Amino acid sequence: MNLKLKIWRQKNANDKGKMVDYPISDVSPDMSFLEMLDVLNNQLIEKGESPVAFDHDCREGICGMCSLYINGEAHGPDRGVTTCQLHMRKFKDGDTIYIEPFRAKAFPIIKDLVVDRGAFDRIQHAGGFVSVNTSGNTQDANSIPIPKADADLAFDAATCIGCGACVATCKNSSAMLYVSAKVSQFALLPQGQVEAKDRVLNMVKQMDAEGFGNCTNTGACEVECPKGISLDNIARMNREFSKAILDGREK
Amino acid sequence: MSNTGLLKSSIGRKFAMALSALFLMIFLLQHLVINLSAIFSPDTFNELSHFMGTNPLVQFVAQPILIFAVVFHFVMGFVLEMKNRDARPVKYAKNNGAANSTWMSRNMILSGSVILAFLALHFIDFWIPEINTKYIAGDMSGLNAEGGFRYYEELLHKFHDPIRVAAYCIAFILLALHLLHGFSSAFQSMGQKNKYITALSKFGVVYSIAVPLGFVIIALVLHLAH
Ligand code: HEM
Ligand code: SF4
Ligand code: FES
Repeated sequence: MNLKLKIWRQKNANDKGKMVDYPISDVSPDMSFLEMLDVLNNQLIEKGESPVAFDHDCREGICGMCSLYINGEAHGPDRGVTTCQLHMRKFKDGDTIYIEPFRAKAFPIIKDLVVDRGAFDRIQHAGGFVSVNTSGNTQDANSIPIPKADADLAFDAATCIGCGACVATCKNSSAMLYVSAKVSQFALLPQGQVEAKDRVLNMVKQMDAEGFGNCTNTGACEVECPKGISLDNIARMNREFSKAILDGREK
Repeated sequence: MSNTGLLKSSIGRKFAMALSALFLMIFLLQHLVINLSAIFSPDTFNELSHFMGTNPLVQFVAQPILIFAVVFHFVMGFVLEMKNRDARPVKYAKNNGAANSTWMSRNMILSGSVILAFLALHFIDFWIPEINTKYIAGDMSGLNAEGGFRYYEELLHKFHDPIRVAAYCIAFILLALHLLHGFSSAFQSMGQKNKYITALSKFGVVYSIAVPLGFVIIALVLHLAH
């Protein structure tokens, strides 16, 4: 396949950045999208140009490190996959492909297509945990009975890999899907109850402080999420949040 | 609740937005029922209008709440829009919104702005003349020069102008689009998600089309009544 790539190049956080055209030939349809970029980078290096910086780690769809806004969609046109799992067979010979970084004020660009998703970590630090005293007589988690339906929902929420596609795709750059997944995975389990109210308030407060937008319930996040995290989690978080407010927990 | 206030949090703002919208949707239904009487029975319309226009509970309790809800809703709508734009300072060169969301959900501020423009026209058409007659000129009788009720006659007069009728119809189409996303969105914002809400959302689709359509039909019937 021969393709015309349009890639965002930006030297560093302060550079203005621009889209640059890169024609590429002999792309195999069996390549993953990142392999295609590897080939391009090899060619750039051979020509003495600086390669395109992009994030990746596991390349098997589980770490959440790869990003990219491809042809106007987070992780490209395929559903339920990250960019490392997107294959070139999803494109046609002669296609023009726009490749941009995940854009949000809360995800500042480091270089080219690499963005800093540290905001997610700070939200997680604000409440995405359960405190367990390691006294030596901690209860075995498996000995606490949990209804199967709740366990399944909690597990579904816990499959969020923190990739940030939800933010990137949201017209408001809202992080509600991510935060709601992290709130839900604990809110549904007995272990999460003790800190439930403070957790939701603290995580939402951090989310707002990071400069993410407000949810309009467009549902775009749910469609683009590689892990199929459901919008129901956002409803659950809103419910948890109002419960905490009514309880007078607001700080 | 402490001084940080509900409206300082993103979820709190959306909750308040949804509450104001819910109130507006109930009001809209009531407004439609009264207006429908105009095409079936002008006398009933006159009596209902006189009651709504002179009852102190409606005038001094319900009306201020309604005005507050409308103002709160559109001001908050613009505040959210500005915050959301600010959350992505550099736009995408290519963005395929249609791949994952409805046009309605992405353009609430557009449909809302058209509704706001309509409301301005609607205020100039009906509300300001009413306030003038009742509270400035001090005529609470609701009667015209011949001694009959004036409401239906005034209504007919307004819908004579085809441009006004067209403007009303366009605004109602955008209201339908606003509600087609807004109705179910309001419940999601308030964290309500269960099988009853799913059923209610289906009713919401009917509501979002039927209510604006009702207003359009009334406007057309009144226009053609001339
Ligand atoms: C006065 C002009 C209006 C403007 C400028 C306006 C604007 C908006 C905006 C921007 C939103 C989306 C907020 C967000 O989720 O980010 C919204 C939501 C909504 N609006 Fe309006 N609107 C107006 C009038 C109305 C009217 C008259 C009704 C109903 C009769 C209505 C019903 C709704 C509903 C149900 C929602 C969904 C609430 C939610 O998502 O929680 N709006 N409006
Ligand atoms: S909710 Fe989905 S899209 Fe958002 S960070 Fe988690 S896995 Fe990624
Ligand atoms: S590189 Fe790990 S999910 Fe894509």
